[in-house]
Amino acid sequence: MTEQNTSADTLIRLSAAQLSEKLRAGEVTAVEVTQAYLDRIAAVDGQVNAFLHVNAGEALAVAAEVDAIRAAGGAEAEALHQLAGVPIAVKDLIVTIGQPTTAGSKILEGWHSPYDATVVERLRAAKMPILGKTNLDEFAMGSSTEHSAYGPTRNPWDLDRIPGGSGGGSAAAVAAFEAPLALGTDTGGSIRQPGAVTGTVGVKPTYGSVSRYGAIAMASSLDQIGPVTRTVLDSALLHQVIGGHDPRDSTSLPEPLEDLVAAAKTGNVEGLRIGIIKELHGEGYQAGVENRFNDALELLKEAGAEIVEVSCPNFQYALGAYYLIMPSEASSNLAKFDGVRYGLRVLPEDGPMTIERVMGATRAAGFGDEVKRRIILGTYALSAGYYDAYYGSAQKVRTLVQRDFEAAFAQADVLISPTAPTTAFPLGEKLDDPLAMYLNDVATIPANLAGVPGLSLPGGLADEDGLPVGIQLLAPAREDARLYRVGAVLESLLEAKWGGPLLAQAPDLAAAAAETLETQEAK
Amino acid sequence: MAAINRDDVAHLARLAHIEMSAEELDRMAGELAVIVDSVKSVSEAAGDDVPATSHPIPLTNVFRDDVVGHTFTAKQALSGAPDSDENRFKVPAILDEA
Repeated sequence: MTEQNTSADTLIRLSAAQLSEKLRAGEVTAVEVTQAYLDRIAAVDGQVNAFLHVNAGEALAVAAEVDAIRAAGGAEAEALHQLAGVPIAVKDLIVTIGQPTTAGSKILEGWHSPYDATVVERLRAAKMPILGKTNLDEFAMGSSTEHSAYGPTRNPWDLDRIPGGSGGGSAAAVAAFEAPLALGTDTGGSIRQPGAVTGTVGVKPTYGSVSRYGAIAMASSLDQIGPVTRTVLDSALLHQVIGGHDPRDSTSLPEPLEDLVAAAKTGNVEGLRIGIIKELHGEGYQAGVENRFNDALELLKEAGAEIVEVSCPNFQYALGAYYLIMPSEASSNLAKFDGVRYGLRVLPEDGPMTIERVMGATRAAGFGDEVKRRIILGTYALSAGYYDAYYGSAQKVRTLVQRDFEAAFAQADVLISPTAPTTAFPLGEKLDDPLAMYLNDVATIPANLAGVPGLSLPGGLADEDGLPVGIQLLAPAREDARLYRVGAVLESLLEAKWGGPLLAQAPDLAAAAAETLETQEAK
Repeated sequence: MAAINRDDVAHLARLAHIEMSAEELDRMAGELAVIVDSVKSVSEAAGDDVPATSHPIPLTNVFRDDVVGHTFTAKQALSGAPDSDENRFKVPAILDEA
C-alpha cells in the first residue's frame, strides 16, 4: 500500500468534526477529502450498492471552491461554515437540482427536480460537497431497502444481510466509509432502524424541527428528515445545518433550534432520570439485543443517571395505528404520480386510450408491490363506511400514544429502549411476509405518531451473531438537545469499553473487493 | 369488522388507478386480509371520549407575508412531463367517448 493510500484510508475514517478541524487547520484540502470518498465509493460500492447516483463533478467543484476561499483568506474564509468542504450523501427521496431523484421507484426513473429541498439548499449554503444520492425502499416504504426498484443495498457488516430501511443506502454509505455524513428520512424508523443494524448513529428530530420541503412525501404527519452519521456529535453538527424554521413548510416549528452541539459536549448525565419503557424490550427481542441494552443501562447508572421504569400501555396499538395512518396518507400523497406532469407514462396495450386507463397502466408498471399494497390499504382505510373504524380509530390511538409519552416524561427526562427487536436479518428472509417486515419498526413507530425526537446509537455486537445492536433514546418534543447530551455520554462510555468506535470492528470491504478482483483476474 | 376480499381489492384498485391482473388481485387480497386482521384491534383501543390527533405538533394560524415568491417558468414546470404541447401538459382523451 502506498503512503497516499494509507492517508486516504485514514481520512475516510475520521468523523465530520475531525475532518472539519483538519480542513480549517489547513492539514488537508476539501478536494483531497472529497476525492478520498469518491475513490472509496468506486472501490466498495459495487459490493454495497448504497448509491443510486454519484455526483463526482459537482462535489469536486464545491470542494475546490472551498479550498480557493480558504486559500485566499479574509472575510469570506472567516465566514465559511464549520462543515464547509465536509462531504455528504443525500437519500434519494430528497430532491436536488442537477442530479436525478428517483425515490427508489421506476415511476421517477430519470426525473430531475427543477428545485432543491430546503435541506439541500442549506447544505449548499454551508458549501458541503454532495457525493450523490443513496438507495432506499421505493418511496421509503420498507425496513430492508429490498423494495428499491434498483436492487437492494447490502449491510457492510455482512453483505448477505439487509442494511435496514428505508434509508439503508444512507446508513450503509456511512458505515462503509463511503461518506462521513448522510441525510435520511424517518416516517416509522427509516433513519433509526438502519442506524441500529449498521452500527451507525441516526436521529429523527422533533416533527417540524427540520423542514420537509422537498422530501417526497410518504405520510406527511409522520415524515421527518434527519442526520445519519458515525458519531453523536456529528449528528448534532448536521442537525444544526439543516434544522430551523422554513416558511415553505407550514408544519415547520417557528422557534430557533437549541444549541445541539453544546448539548453533545455536555459530558455528564448525573441526576438525569432515564426511563426504561416496559413495553419495548423483553419478549420478542433477540437475546443479544437485550444483553447490549442492559449493558447500556449499567453504564448510564454508573455515570450517575437514575434508571426508572415507565409503562406505555397503549404502545401495543401503535403498530396497528401506524399501518392505518401511514398508508392512508401515502395513498393520497402518491396520487400525483399519474403519468401526466412528470415521470413515467405507460400506454395501455389495447382498448380505448383514455387518461384514466393511461394512469392505471402507468401506476401498474411504475409502482412496486409494497407501494401498491400500501396504496390499496390506505384507499381501504379511507373509504366510505370504514373511515371511522380505521382511520378515525387510528387517530384516537395517536392521542393515547401521546398521553403515554406525556405520563412517561413526567417520570423521566429521557426514555430508552432497543432500536430494533433484532439484528440485521438475511436478504430475502422477510420479503414475502409483509407483516414480519412491519414488526421491525415496533420500537421506533411510537415516536413518529407522537412527533417526539429519537436517536439511535451503536450499543455493541450481539453475542449470537456478532452484528450491531442499536440503542434508542427518546425525548419530549422540542427537547432534542437531551438526546445529544445522553447519546454522547453513552457513546463515549461504550467506546472506552470497546477501545474505539464500533465500526473499527467491521469487516474490511476494500480488502474483500481487492481479493474478488484478484480471483477474477486469476480466472 | 368486515374482512377484505378479492372484489374489494378490485374496487379499491380501480379507485386508486392501478391496473391489476387476476393473479395480482388474488395475491393482494390474501396479503391485505392478514394485515387488516392484524390492525383491527385499533378500532377497540380508544373510547368515544378520546379525541382524534391528526397532527403531532399542532400549529395554528401559520401565515406568510403576502408577497410573490419563487415561481417556476412554464419550461421548468414542463421539464419532466412525459408529453407537452405549447406550454401545456398533453394527455390522451379525458372522456371515454371521444
